[in-house]
Amino acid sequence: MIEFLQQLINGLSLGAIYALIALGYTMVYGVLRFINFAHGDVFMIGAFAGLYVAPVVLKFSNGGPSWPGAFLVLVAAMVICAILGIVIEKLAYRPLRNRPRLTVLITAIGVSLFLENFGQYAFGVDPQSFPDLIGDHAINIPAWCGPLTDLTIMVSQVLVFAVTLILLVALRFIVTKTKLGMAMRALSVNPVATSLMGVNNDVVISFTFGLGSALAGAAGILISIQQPSIDPLMGLQPGIKAFVAAVLGGIGNIPGAALGGVLLGVIETLVVGYSDRLHIPSGYRDAVAFFLLILILLFKPTGLLGRVEREKV
Amino acid sequence: MRIASILPFFATLALGALPGLAQDQIKVGEFASMSGGSASFGQSSHNGTMLAFEEINAAGGVLGKKIDLHTEDDRSVAGEPATIVRKLISQDNVVAVLGEVASSKSLEAAPICQENHIPMISPASTNAKVTAVGDYIFRVCFIDPFQGKVMAKFALSKGWTKVAVLKDVKQDYSVGLADAFEKSFTPAGGTVVKTQEYSTGDKDFRAQLTSIKASHPDAIFVPGYYAEVALIAREARQLGIKAPLLGGDGWVGESLLKVAGNALDGSFFSNHYSQDDPSPVIQNFVKTYQAKYGEKPDAMAALGYDSAKILADAITRAGTTDGPKLRDAIAATRDFKGVTGDITLDADRNATKAAVILTIANGGFQFVQRVAP
Repeated sequence: MIEFLQQLINGLSLGAIYALIALGYTMVYGVLRFINFAHGDVFMIGAFAGLYVAPVVLKFSNGGPSWPGAFLVLVAAMVICAILGIVIEKLAYRPLRNRPRLTVLITAIGVSLFLENFGQYAFGVDPQSFPDLIGDHAINIPAWCGPLTDLTIMVSQVLVFAVTLILLVALRFIVTKTKLGMAMRALSVNPVATSLMGVNNDVVISFTFGLGSALAGAAGILISIQQPSIDPLMGLQPGIKAFVAAVLGGIGNIPGAALGGVLLGVIETLVVGYSDRLHIPSGYRDAVAFFLLILILLFKPTGLLGRVEREKV
Repeated sequence: MRIASILPFFATLALGALPGLAQDQIKVGEFASMSGGSASFGQSSHNGTMLAFEEINAAGGVLGKKIDLHTEDDRSVAGEPATIVRKLISQDNVVAVLGEVASSKSLEAAPICQENHIPMISPASTNAKVTAVGDYIFRVCFIDPFQGKVMAKFALSKGWTKVAVLKDVKQDYSVGLADAFEKSFTPAGGTVVKTQEYSTGDKDFRAQLTSIKASHPDAIFVPGYYAEVALIAREARQLGIKAPLLGGDGWVGESLLKVAGNALDGSFFSNHYSQDDPSPVIQNFVKTYQAKYGEKPDAMAALGYDSAKILADAITRAGTTDGPKLRDAIAATRDFKGVTGDITLDADRNATKAAVILTIANGGFQFVQRVAP
């Protein structure tokens, strides 16, 4: 029983990371009907931004872990990634705005490759150690919980979960309750009509990309706090898994991305953790994600929370 | 900026340019992971190889000619060794190839060297399949059937009869060593209580470790490479697993203790040599290496050094760099006094050598015992 609970905790923590990255994917798709394949690599840039900003910030706390310092690093990474996202949009996607979807998709793959190789050139190919920003340790479970004291919950795991929830709520608020959010939703329905209503499409699209990339940057920092080994290719695997999570929950649907992420994390962890009882070697962990993708596309292609959109002529 | 990986190449070119013409040199190829997830392997073995060839060239070279080393980086990426070894053979026209440390990469390159009749000497690949590829493939280290037996016997000697195994499915080395361990461990009274797997490059092992924790092992055998082992050790301690970790020579990496912190304290692994060994041969080597590179040589550096010296010795004995004759000379290596021990190549082209068991304490490796073959 304890083992199962611990695996659940592991899965939720992994899932929160997937959910965070999936939020960015799903938001950009929801507004622009475009899968930004470079999203996973923006997440990697966020982690490296944190690596370079952290020593500067930590100087004020004499190199030791500090929560305000961690918060500053998080904000700095989010800002840097937001700017990066806006620049990418301006240079790579905007000129192709009226072209077929496929063209922009291929460009996105190109941007992804560019970021990866640029990262390898600029940061070096070897994995680097991310500084301990919050003094990560296991939470002390009080003795009255009985057998539950055997569980290990790291502060970083709770942090990732909390931040994901906060950002989820904040994103929902921005999209449903602000003017810019309304413009984003209008853009997703009909870009031409939106511009006729006096909305500057370019600004809204830039804002969407900036916001999505900021989320990726946040994910980059949070994961680096939990798994302090970063390298320029670290965005590949989480990026693909988060994409699967977003599709699983319904691409374009914000709560769906969070649900998909958590579901994927939990299923993946349980399959690996109980691999001998399931007779699936745990080396197949990545295959689980893609198997789920195939299943969902076969039986519910709009995703768990997605709605079928009828094209009205 | 990874200029550092190109600099040695230019340095060796410059070294080779001294006498003037390329025909006055013996071209030797080397492929190693100079960058990427297992960069420590390639950088160490390359340093050892370079040091050896520099010493040889300074003493007049081999058969009156200097050795010209051509090094290629496989960036720790599967698939790269095949490409770069083909290049070394067909474009650079090397007479022999040194490499690799990782067994999977040696297995990629071995068929190419075999079909081109170019002798290949692996400094540190321990998976038994490597030399089985053909009679042009050699190694100067022991093999995993022996290494697995060493750790199995050690575990049993410590009274650890229940062991969990956590292996890397993407590496032939890891799978082979785990197999060898089990084959020696189970018949002698041990039980493998849980087997879990991961892939090279994984960063999260909590699912596997939680499952292992629930099986209450006395020790956990992790025959993987240093990058993942360090993360595994960290997460194991975070999850409250107190059992010691056991491993093999794949643990030898620069970043192992930097990333693991004190999570590996009290764990044990088998290795090719110990830099604290008081023998004069080893201490001499450690001093020279440290003077040149500013750090002590690890096992991969020592093996890189030995593989280079054995190749040079074989060329001298053969009197030529012609493929078949050079192959025969390498195969005839007997009692070569290497830094990693006395090296004799047997009929399977493997070296029969002792292993050392090291433990981690006080931020470094400490010698525990030597195990003869």
